[in-house]
Amino acid sequence: MRRFGRWLMDGVAILALGYLFLPIFVIVLYSFNKPAGKFNFVWKAFSLEAWRNPFAYEALYESMKLSLRVAALSTLVATVFGTFIALALTRYRFRGASAINLLLVLPLTTPEVVLGSSLLSLFLDLNARTGFSTIVIAHIMFSVSYVALTVRARIRGFDWTLEEAAMDLGAGPFRVFFKVTLPIIAPGIVAASMLAFALSLDDFIITLFNAGNRITYPLYVYGARRAAFPPQINVLATAILLASLLTLGATVLWQQRTLRQRGMSLAPRA
Amino acid sequence: MPLTHVSNTPAAPTAADPSRAESREPVITLEHVVKRFGSYLAVQEAHFAIGRGEFFSMLGPSGCGKTTTLRMIAGFEQPTEGRIVLDGKDVSRVPPYRRNVNTVFQHYALFPHMSVADNVAFGPRSQKVGAEETSRRVDQLLTVVKLAQFADRKPGQLSGGQQQRVALARALANYPQALLLDEPLGALDLKLRQAMQIELKRIQREVGITFIYVTHDQEEALTMSDRIAVMNEGRVEQIGTPQEIYHSPASVFVANFIGVANLIPAVVEHANGTDATVVVAGSRRMAVPAGAWPPRPGAAATVMVRPERLRLTSQAPADGRGVPVTVEHAVFQGPVVRCTLRAADGTGIVAHVGPEQSLPALEPGLPLWIGWDLDAGRLLPPDTVGADAQPFVKADLRHTMGRASLPRL
Ligand SMILES: Nc1ncnc2c1ncn2[C@@H]1O[C@H](COP(=O)(O)OP(=O)(O)OP(=O)(O)O)[C@@H](O)[C@H]1O
Ligand SMILES: [Mg+2]
Repeated sequence: MRRFGRWLMDGVAILALGYLFLPIFVIVLYSFNKPAGKFNFVWKAFSLEAWRNPFAYEALYESMKLSLRVAALSTLVATVFGTFIALALTRYRFRGASAINLLLVLPLTTPEVVLGSSLLSLFLDLNARTGFSTIVIAHIMFSVSYVALTVRARIRGFDWTLEEAAMDLGAGPFRVFFKVTLPIIAPGIVAASMLAFALSLDDFIITLFNAGNRITYPLYVYGARRAAFPPQINVLATAILLASLLTLGATVLWQQRTLRQRGMSLAPRA
Repeated sequence: MPLTHVSNTPAAPTAADPSRAESREPVITLEHVVKRFGSYLAVQEAHFAIGRGEFFSMLGPSGCGKTTTLRMIAGFEQPTEGRIVLDGKDVSRVPPYRRNVNTVFQHYALFPHMSVADNVAFGPRSQKVGAEETSRRVDQLLTVVKLAQFADRKPGQLSGGQQQRVALARALANYPQALLLDEPLGALDLKLRQAMQIELKRIQREVGITFIYVTHDQEEALTMSDRIAVMNEGRVEQIGTPQEIYHSPASVFVANFIGVANLIPAVVEHANGTDATVVVAGSRRMAVPAGAWPPRPGAAATVMVRPERLRLTSQAPADGRGVPVTVEHAVFQGPVVRCTLRAADGTGIVAHVGPEQSLPALEPGLPLWIGWDLDAGRLLPPDTVGADAQPFVKADLRHTMGRASLPRL
């Protein structure tokens, strides 16, 4: 009976994982396909053709470049702002802190359609031409929330007397921040910025409203569905997947190492 | 007025000798310092000077304002009123990173991402001391605290006592004018605490820097300090050497906080400049030195006698200066027998009976007489809170509270 229970549990777990990973597997697999026509939807034959010429389609390549630029820029800005918001919220009691808390959660809970369309109407009211900068602004908007909440969760346990100790030893505010606070909370910030980068790269709905005539990678893929769907789309997607897996692995290793080094330093407080 | 005097509390004049601290050049002076948090008065009228090279302790129960006073000296808090003078300069509004005093924090606050050597080097580097001089200081101080072989470790890989010593070396690396220590041994177990007390004292002598030491452990303060400031509810009740504080407490609070004290309610019968005669236990006349508190005939007062200064006899003393008591119980404690007695008016008395006093077996109910030498008694202003509470009970309670140190939030 107990054996049967184990079997059942393993089976369900495998099914659930399969459900999660099958689409990803299909994407990777079809990057090696040699499609019959313009649409890479049916398996025909194994080929490295698409991997040899990943940038064969100019527009696809351009959309990927745009997406990466948007993601890099919006992540940078959102990480700086979000980190400072998180620091302010954990560090100080001030009027309006609870309002900011609420406002931070709002972009996460509001439907993207609403966010995207209201941003668009704001831009139209301002007579701003939609394009690269409006995409970046829109992405910063929701990324800031994710960064602030992630960083805040990670710095809950930060020992603020460390800052006092640094100040006491003669370090001015800048030195305190860059030599003590920042290095200690860096793992949380890195994790948050990776999240922001992924969210930006991935965003479709909000971008659709605010992109003007610019085409990001998700928008291109959506459009390609009608005209042509070359395996290069899968190649680039797989490349992103690999890159993010590598960064994730490296970050996890790095965080484990710093945690191990600091692990015991928490002991006297416990 | 000499700054070593506590000027604001006429009810509790200090017995400290003002000339003593003046023999040292003052390095830190608090002038009429008041600190309020909103309407809450955390420190009232702190007014004293700390001499160069002195080991100065601030002692008092939880919440009495010790940490607040220390944080004002360090620069983390600003006094609401008054000034703090460091080496002749008013630093009341100077930020911590421009004051040449350093702090050892209760939980060490070592930088977890830096090696031991980098922790120690942080101060000199912040002050733009050259690389060569910095590494010389790091070597020197790690040798002083006996951690030279751990220079490359991270603080997380050290034991509590070792971390404590890194914190000490780090705080000394700027060669501060004074080192501020806020219950630095609070997180250590008893054995290690005692070892570190000796170690701290050795290091202080070696480096010759003023230590300002906050503790609520009276034993620690008595064994380590040149002078002690006893604080209560934001007020400095008395400043003096451990001997002065112990033998001549200025108030009932101080008497009770340091060691065990018998506090006997009394009425002043008659007083001249040096001696006073008081009536205790209803009708017994006893002589005590008049002390710093100016007693008026007819005034209520408290007589303080330490348990080891009480003389117990089977017969009434020949000079008639004695109080009849009965034994409640006696506990053998090795060097002394701790004997709980009760006077006819219900006052509880504790006596430490040494082997030199020849007495019959101290059975409960045994009638005895207590007396003391003229210089063993101290005349204090009356206890405002329950003078007739049993002193030994208070003392024991305080003792247990002192052990359970509450973490600072
Ligand atoms: N930042 C603050 N805001 C409001 N009140 C404070 C603040 N800091 C301290 N207090 C209050 O001031 C009083 C003195 O605090 P302080 O920390 O100086 O006590 P302490 O003598 O160090 O006690 P302990 O032995 O428990 O550390 C306490 O009642 C405390 O609640
Ligand atoms: Mg304190």
